[in-house]
Amino acid sequence: MTETKLPPVTQIAVVSFALIVASGIWIVSHLPEHVPLGPSAILIAASALLVATNVVLLLRVRDFDWARFFAVAKWALLAYCVISGMLEWVFIKDGTRGGELAVLTLSLVIFAIHVPLLMGYTVARYPETYD
Amino acid sequence: MATATLAAAETVHAPPVIPEFEIVPKKGLPIVALVLVGLIAAIASNKLWPVEFFHVAFGALWTAFDLFLGFVLGPILGRLSIQSRIEMTTRLMPKMLLIMPTIVLCTLTAGWQLGRFVGPIFSGHPDHDLIVASYIIVGVMAIVALSVLEPANVAVLVELKKPRPNPEVIQTLMRRFIYTAGITGALQVATLVIMTKVGAA
Repeated sequence: MTETKLPPVTQIAVVSFALIVASGIWIVSHLPEHVPLGPSAILIAASALLVATNVVLLLRVRDFDWARFFAVAKWALLAYCVISGMLEWVFIKDGTRGGELAVLTLSLVIFAIHVPLLMGYTVARYPETYD
Repeated sequence: MATATLAAAETVHAPPVIPEFEIVPKKGLPIVALVLVGLIAAIASNKLWPVEFFHVAFGALWTAFDLFLGFVLGPILGRLSIQSRIEMTTRLMPKMLLIMPTIVLCTLTAGWQLGRFVGPIFSGHPDHDLIVASYIIVGVMAIVALSVLEPANVAVLVELKKPRPNPEVIQTLMRRFIYTAGITGALQVATLVIMTKVGAA
């Protein structure tokens, strides 16, 4: 296995998901009253930064199996776009608007990108053949 | 006697046979689509019963699956022979890839709508603190499931599709899958306590 040579993509993804979840809980626990969006915006920005970090780290891995990565990630992306789309529809249907909707939408976008990235990585990290 | 010993030795040293399987069972996709259309219809109807049905039915399934996988099937799977484990994995895991995300999506979206009908999701409601506690528990479950459980599920199936799967990789991923299923199973007990308290109130 080549695990030791790879960057901590899973660990970074865990922190990124935790930030998204914390942001979501912050918003929904205040409803229907006014939600101060500052903490959520900071959490989302930090989570997005971690997604970007993961992308950069993966791009720097030598001989990474991108074919296998995309073979899984593209279908996972489709599935998580459907899930995120349904959640977005529910938020809009329930009358969420303005800054709250923007923050929740960004959370869903990060979620829909990061989960497929992690799935593709988990599959591609193990080589086709082993000694 | 000698023949029996030889046959046993051959069985021990024979490489495991991997049955033919689909990573994502295509036959299940129309069922998933049907369930999701039902969920959309339930939410769009703006009626209490359909969303309550989806939340209770799928929530019960989610809890049952997590408890069963974490505390019953997981430990059994760990003690099976490699061949049996492979057969079980290639039959169970592809189905789990479709079942779990569908169940989770139905439970959470219908639960949110149910909370809007009944009121505990709104701050000021007497059970609001319990509901916020349930958000935290579900959040932790989601983090565990999305970052470890589901990627391990997919990765073990892809590994088994390789011409020469690495047993070490499969063992590592399966161990990860079983441990995380146990963690989510334990968290489901906490969810049960909270939801029955909210229901009783």
